[in-house]
Amino acid sequence: MTATPLGRHLPDRLTTRTNRLIRSWELLLLAIAVAIFIFNAMASPYFLNVWNLSDATFNFTEKAMIAFAMALLIVAGEIDLSVAAIIALASTAMGWALQFGVGTPGLVGIGLGTGLLCGAFNGILVTRLGLPSIVVTIGTMSLFRGISYIVLGDQAYRGYPDSFAWFGQGYIWWVFTVEIAIFSMLAVAFGILLHRTNFGRAVYAIGNNPTAALFSGIRVTRVKFILFLLTGLMSGLAAVCLTSRLGSTRPSIGLGMELEVVTMVVLGGVNILGGSGTIPGVVIAAFVMGLVTFGLGLLNVPGIVMSIFIGALLIGVIALPRLFAMVRK
Amino acid sequence: MRILKTLISGAAMAAALVASPAMAQDNVRIALVVKALGIGFFEAANKGAEEAAAELGNVEIIYTGPTDTTAEGQIEVINSLIAQNVDAIAISANDTDALVPALKKAMDRGITVISWDSGVAPEGRQLHLNPSSNPLIGNMIVKLAADHLPEGGDVAVLSATTTSTNQNTWIEEMTKVLPDYPGINVVSTVYGDDLADKSYREATGLMQTYPDLKAIIAPTSVGIVAAAQAVVDAGKVGQVNVTGLGLPSEMAGAIESGASQSFAIWNPIDLGYSAAMLAYELSQNDVTVEPGAEIPMGRMGSLTLDDNNEGAMADPFVYDASNIEEFKSIF
Repeated sequence: MTATPLGRHLPDRLTTRTNRLIRSWELLLLAIAVAIFIFNAMASPYFLNVWNLSDATFNFTEKAMIAFAMALLIVAGEIDLSVAAIIALASTAMGWALQFGVGTPGLVGIGLGTGLLCGAFNGILVTRLGLPSIVVTIGTMSLFRGISYIVLGDQAYRGYPDSFAWFGQGYIWWVFTVEIAIFSMLAVAFGILLHRTNFGRAVYAIGNNPTAALFSGIRVTRVKFILFLLTGLMSGLAAVCLTSRLGSTRPSIGLGMELEVVTMVVLGGVNILGGSGTIPGVVIAAFVMGLVTFGLGLLNVPGIVMSIFIGALLIGVIALPRLFAMVRK
Repeated sequence: MRILKTLISGAAMAAALVASPAMAQDNVRIALVVKALGIGFFEAANKGAEEAAAELGNVEIIYTGPTDTTAEGQIEVINSLIAQNVDAIAISANDTDALVPALKKAMDRGITVISWDSGVAPEGRQLHLNPSSNPLIGNMIVKLAADHLPEGGDVAVLSATTTSTNQNTWIEEMTKVLPDYPGINVVSTVYGDDLADKSYREATGLMQTYPDLKAIIAPTSVGIVAAAQAVVDAGKVGQVNVTGLGLPSEMAGAIESGASQSFAIWNPIDLGYSAAMLAYELSQNDVTVEPGAEIPMGRMGSLTLDDNNEGAMADPFVYDASNIEEFKSIF
């Protein structure tokens, strides 16, 4: 063990920015997105139509809202599989409040609040009791949706006010939907949070080595708790958008969405074991998944083929850099 | 960078392959949207829709649906159909309400929207096609029993639960038409709660209480199978005929053993055929959709709309030894 000489120059980055960018996952993903876009445009005469593309963004906007928070959570080495169930519970809570004549601002507040509470519940179980997040959230996945089923059974809440429809069916300007605006703002906000703040550095540090992070003075459990809160909040937001888009609540709302969210995050280059990943990657992955499902939908490809395609894409994109590295050795 | 080039050129090649079968624009494109792909019932409906397309000539059927039975999945499908500007959408809905905004958008853009099998709320579709109606079902279940009892005789009803809305309505409708079937004497109505074991015990009990029992009418797919098994186990095949509403796949054994002479349920092929015919009529011919209207649907006659713009296709379809083989693999 030799002592490190004092005053040795430590570079901020190990490679230059351009070098890193060229070899990055994000660029590969972007190339795939462009390729899929070109493919779609050639394969279907209906693809290059702004209104159609605008409709297509609904395929991923709500999932992506959750995916941003989920990306941070996975980078920190945790996961939340209860997000779709939180949507169901938050939507049920809003529908229930609706029966008492609560207006649009109140409904949104209740949706977001329910999401926060669910996130806090997950967070407490994981950080205070020290339980593995995958086990906890598989449990709360059944719990949250179970409550919705008990409340609603085979019934539905309907009759949301017209002003509430703005979130999931409204347009900000021309073809730009409210959801795509929320998605864009969140992309920037989460990008800044993860890549430009101390909090973001702490998330990476925890994901790479929680013990070392703790010894460096990072309040590991607090950061994790905040991440669960954030994921719950984003699920609540997705619940507001989805409920608004559907105009009704049923306990099966958003069923199975958690897997698509995790797929989006992993496709975006976030290491499922924690420690690395970027928000731009998740943004591009959201577009890739949206483009694939919409493009294949235009060709009337059966849904099962779409699932196979997404699965193959996921494995391909993950395996490709590894194979590339192996070939170079 | 070579990888990127390979990827892009590969994608371009694939695109060229797919691009060739560009849509034939002259055809009337009717989308048959189902709850989920890979379900025998809906595959059979598609067969019927294709039959309608062949009969009409210039129709292309787009058979599509999500992988799992979610409203969100169907909305993605609807959005892509709107984008393709299809002429009509005929949908069996996963959710009565959640599809309404998406289907409204489709109608706003000039697409004909009808629902069939599983309906959409009235504001989200132009009309709804029911496979049958309560009076038709009520009549059919007693007719099935009477057809095999020319001399008349004692029959009993094995229902689901005392609170099952559907079954109660059908039994009520059956009671109304009983005078049309002289000699048929309904001795009792029992409830198997749609549980196989309880239905089995109730059926066995019926045969013990009424030794002259000639038929058991079970208007529930669980009860009819259990009753048939009870008849086989009691050694009363040929004496007691089990009939009612059931699924061909589950009832094939009972037909084979003779415990059931015949039973009824809707025919998915006819349903798909009628849905396609109605979608074509609405989108191509100037049909007014209003309560009381009669809309032609090819070989299935015509659909009469009620106050909700709903209509019943036909009598439930009868399955017996002659056609069970064909249908048991379908649903």
